Amino acid sequence: MNSMIGLKNLSVSVSNKEIIKGVNYSFEKNKVYALMGPNGSGKSTLAYAIAGHPSYSYSKKSKIFFEKSEISKLLPDKRAKKGIFLSFQNPLSLNGVTVFQLLRLALSGIKEPLAVKKQIDVLADKLHIKKELISRSLNEGASGGEKKKLELLQAIVLDAKFIIFDEIDTGVDIDALKIIAEYMSKNRKNKTYLLITHYNRILKYVKPDKVLVMSSGKIVKVGDYKLAEEIEKNGYKSL
Amino acid sequence: MVKQNDLNFDYKFGFSKPEKSVFRVKKGINEEIVSQISKIKKEPLWMKEFRLRSYRFFKKTKMPEWGADLSKIDFENIFYYIRATDKAMNSWEDLPSEIKDTYDRIGVPEAEKNFLAGVSAQYESEVVYESIQKELTKQGVIFCDMDTGLKKYPEIVKKYFGTIISPYDNKFAALNSSVWSGGSFVYVPRGVKVALPLQAYFRINARNFGQFERTLIIAEPESFVHYIEGCTAPIYTTSSLHSAVVEIIVKPGARVRYTTVQNWSKNVFNLVTKRARVEKNAVMEWVDCNIGSGVTMKYPSCFLVGDGAKGEVLSIAYAGSAQHQDAGAKMIHMAPNTTSRIVSKSISGHGGRTSYRGLVQVLPGASNSKVYVSCDALILDEESRSDTYPSMKINENEVDIQHEATVEKLGEEKLFYLQSRGISKSEAEGLLVNGFIEPVVKEIPLEYSIELNRLINLEMAGSVG
Repeated sequence: MNSMIGLKNLSVSVSNKEIIKGVNYSFEKNKVYALMGPNGSGKSTLAYAIAGHPSYSYSKKSKIFFEKSEISKLLPDKRAKKGIFLSFQNPLSLNGVTVFQLLRLALSGIKEPLAVKKQIDVLADKLHIKKELISRSLNEGASGGEKKKLELLQAIVLDAKFIIFDEIDTGVDIDALKIIAEYMSKNRKNKTYLLITHYNRILKYVKPDKVLVMSSGKIVKVGDYKLAEEIEKNGYKSL
Repeated sequence: MVKQNDLNFDYKFGFSKPEKSVFRVKKGINEEIVSQISKIKKEPLWMKEFRLRSYRFFKKTKMPEWGADLSKIDFENIFYYIRATDKAMNSWEDLPSEIKDTYDRIGVPEAEKNFLAGVSAQYESEVVYESIQKELTKQGVIFCDMDTGLKKYPEIVKKYFGTIISPYDNKFAALNSSVWSGGSFVYVPRGVKVALPLQAYFRINARNFGQFERTLIIAEPESFVHYIEGCTAPIYTTSSLHSAVVEIIVKPGARVRYTTVQNWSKNVFNLVTKRARVEKNAVMEWVDCNIGSGVTMKYPSCFLVGDGAKGEVLSIAYAGSAQHQDAGAKMIHMAPNTTSRIVSKSISGHGGRTSYRGLVQVLPGASNSKVYVSCDALILDEESRSDTYPSMKINENEVDIQHEATVEKLGEEKLFYLQSRGISKSEAEGLLVNGFIEPVVKEIPLEYSIELNRLINLEMAGSVG
């Protein structure tokens, strides 16, 4: 078994309303997954639940595994330390906190601050992130595409193993999307990607190994990238 | 009543040395005690009379009721004067070992090695350690404790003492004026720019002992000086009072910056009057950080009396459990083309309370003045509280006024964002709080800002009760 993240009987509620209804799935290592589905089907909730958002509660039978260890009861920071990374749909701006300060703190005792700084500079160059965005408060005055690139930068510096991109292609210009997709395509070793998306725009640049379709809190269909094309053509109703 | 064995060592700097006071007057305050203090110090008659006049005003004045709760102060249960050693020492080796040990723990000698221009460290009510580097003396700069200043430079002291803050200004200014001891006296001659900050460390160490230091800074025309005070204090079992007076005269074209990092233990009432007179084209900057104390009431002020004078107050207040920081600023525009800027950042958490209280007054004739006020409050949880009491009295038409105020709650979403990067919740709170105060912190010398960040992170982690 080559499982990266395993979901077992995962049911998730927010304010006593069940959103995810008994999902069983195993995400394997070194693969790219696309998660699609209509609005309100529970895609983002699934992402937040894996990352460990505190206002989400699991049913008793729910279990989440990272490799072989159960992480359902771990706090979000402990899950992140294991290698789970969530790229937010709308990354919040952090007043007075730079990406360097954030990453230095997250990696204290793991990576030297100078090495972190250097890596940020190199990656900013590679991902075409403007210098001033690096020295400014994180996400402040950044466009949609720049924010997503900054999320990717964090995932790389943190050396995340399971990376969830929540609506990676919403509010992102085509150039930024290409850069992000190119990075993913080139860095597939020891990484597992879960791309939550409405369109198959990004899937043209990163070919997913699996396409999952979610509806009303359940995974209703699993296929290869052709499934995404089919959805684009005929919508979710045809499924 | 005070018990002998009830010192509490939980406070992070709460080490308390055995008291080895050479002399102390009786507890409480009356005319006899005030006269006695003056006599022990061998002061000139005018100072003794100044003290007595101040005491009489203190006695008849009611407690201020518009701010924080001061009802727990028991003036009769305080020692108003204690002298730790016979005279001020001028080298580290001469210090008694207990006092040296205390200072070692707050890092005075190391700080000195690295960058101090002169150290004047206050132990109990008198300065016991003082080293002024030759460079300062050569430039004609005077930096000594206030008692020494009065002895050696009586004309200068007499000319300015009590002229910026009258003893009749408020009850606590009057109290300080009657029993003051220690503090710094700084005189910077015309045109002299003091390159390194002058620093003073304060400490109070005798239980039930109030500290009433008095600082006077005179910056002659076109001069510059940066004065820094930082304080930590051991914990006591009964309430302790710190009531200082700081008077600053900034002459034409001069610039003075006064930085405070206040971290008194939580049983201390910190009631301080600070004011500067800012003359033509002169600049006064107050950088005021209040982390400690149970109750603080402090509103650094600038009286902008000369054409083109500038005043600035940058302040940070953190109130944790059982703390009330009532802080702010006062700017009085009395001349044309004057500029004032107030930037206040307050944080309340774990049931603490912060209040911003500010007054900006533009008097008739202060035309073409500019006023900028920005006060931001960050509230960490539901138990905590923040209030804003801004007051503007504008009696002039040609004035440019900007006022901004924000209140922000430390949101769960921001915390989750940071946690999802592998940062623990308390570290995330610390990071966000430090980000919030960053615009003010960047104005503080590096080693102080590091200490400040560290203190705030400690508070966030809840390691301080």
